Amino acid sequence: MSNQASVNHNRVSRSNWVVILYIVFLMLPIYWLINMSLKTNAEILGGFSLWPQDLTFQNYITIFTDPSWYSGYLNSITYVVMNTIISLVVALPAAYAFSRYTFMGDKHLFFWLLSNRMAPPAVFVLPFFQLYSSVGLFDTHIAVALAHTLFNVPLAVWILEGFMRGVPKEIDETAYIDGYSFFHFFRKIFMPLIASGIGVAAFFCFMFSWVELLLSRTLTSVEAKSIAATMTRTVSASGLDWGVLAAAGVLTIIPGALVIYFVRNHIAKGFALGRV
Amino acid sequence: MKKTVNHKAWFMVLPVLLLVAFSAVIPLMTVVNYSVQDTFGNNEFFWVGLEWFEEVLHSQRLHEALGRQALFTAIILLIGIPLGIFIALNMPKHKGLWSSVCLVLVALPLLIPWNVVGTIWQVFGRIDIGLLGYTLASLGIDYNYTQNSLDAWITIIVMDVWHWTSLVVLLCYAGLQSIPDAYYQAAKIDQASRWSVFRYIELPKMKGVLIIAILLRFMDSFMIYTEPFVVTGGGPGNATTFLSIDLVKMAIGQFDLGPAAAFSLIYFLCILLVSWAFYTIMIHSDKEAN
Repeated sequence: MSNQASVNHNRVSRSNWVVILYIVFLMLPIYWLINMSLKTNAEILGGFSLWPQDLTFQNYITIFTDPSWYSGYLNSITYVVMNTIISLVVALPAAYAFSRYTFMGDKHLFFWLLSNRMAPPAVFVLPFFQLYSSVGLFDTHIAVALAHTLFNVPLAVWILEGFMRGVPKEIDETAYIDGYSFFHFFRKIFMPLIASGIGVAAFFCFMFSWVELLLSRTLTSVEAKSIAATMTRTVSASGLDWGVLAAAGVLTIIPGALVIYFVRNHIAKGFALGRV
Repeated sequence: MKKTVNHKAWFMVLPVLLLVAFSAVIPLMTVVNYSVQDTFGNNEFFWVGLEWFEEVLHSQRLHEALGRQALFTAIILLIGIPLGIFIALNMPKHKGLWSSVCLVLVALPLLIPWNVVGTIWQVFGRIDIGLLGYTLASLGIDYNYTQNSLDAWITIIVMDVWHWTSLVVLLCYAGLQSIPDAYYQAAKIDQASRWSVFRYIELPKMKGVLIIAILLRFMDSFMIYTEPFVVTGGGPGNATTFLSIDLVKMAIGQFDLGPAAAFSLIYFLCILLVSWAFYTIMIHSDKEAN
């Protein structure tokens, strides 16, 4: 028995080492970015050091005081939040319909929706540019938010449908017998039941809208320019200010890290799209 | 669960339908429109039928980009999926501080904007200021991702593994979490080997999520754009010009609307075809599970 226990113990500690090694592999490049953001440009290009010799926060101060930098963050957050709200509002009823009813063409419709998640953004760049220019939405937050619904709405429907399937239909029926109207039932009973699903779907919408570059760069120029676009343009324009670029990169990781901390207990299920 | 037949459910799907129609069908029709027309400028278009499709299908350029893309996706799937399963098997099983920390750290690369991922690796691999490049150079390994195409490939593959393996890990982890402890206890009583526990308990339970993982990894690696664009810009030469990069070059850089549109449609069809196959398998295994 003690032998068995020690075998288990060995296995646990070996597992831990595998995970730690993997996490080190993940963290090293990120550490390097943070390291660089705390150095002056002269130090970055001057020599090689594992940690900042001459610690400076100047790069961060530049970003927080220069409107062309910090407005990028505000613009990104604006369209990401808009996109998340739009996606959830339209996806909730649709996911309910898919999880509860069969109707004409439902399977084809579902696959058609999913196929939009599969569409390479590169295919849509030019048509989007023309479409939003022609309706006068070019360089607005709502244009990017709408463009990102292309892949976020199908994903939200998919995730929510997975979570809703786990709620027994008897609950709906009991509520109707008790005289609840559909909207009342949906808001008061059903939504609290799938709250974690809604959280996960919101997380995914946030995530995919936050990390996307190609569409947000194409659809904005000045007023709604995203932080991702700001970063790529600075690279080409001002002869590579490595320190500021690194600081900007570090700051883009923070919102994601915060959001992921709040949903950490649901991430695993959410990544499985509710299908576990 | 048995579903009720209710055609009025269409009304609940209607908002999604309208929204996606606006952001997908109209642009897609624009692409179709371009793919069958040519222009001399001034917004005057004329009908050319399927000429662009013939041209693109026979062009060396598409074949090469498609070849590189297929090779890249195959390598990514071959490395990412087994590695992801392996890490997931080693993740801490019981809820607690340690497992929360692991989950958050593992998920972190997924939330970094793609261009920042590119920037991180662009810097990390540089021989003068990057940890990886500098270490390799001081070990005497000749490594330069901006000039050597093999090095560029390795950098991009390692980057993609770094960026996306966590998705596979999290999916598989979710699958593993759903296995009741009793299964493992039964296996222990039967003195099952580690391999047979994996083969007969864990793998079947992970099947559903694994198919989703492969599907997502296939789609996303097949349409990869931002990361290699930032790191190598498609170079050296055309060595890392994948389909999306080539397409954007053609459509925005050279403004060859007709060929680019035909290219787009062929590209989209490829993805659709493979994804449809996966989707069918997924639905099938869902049915089996119920």
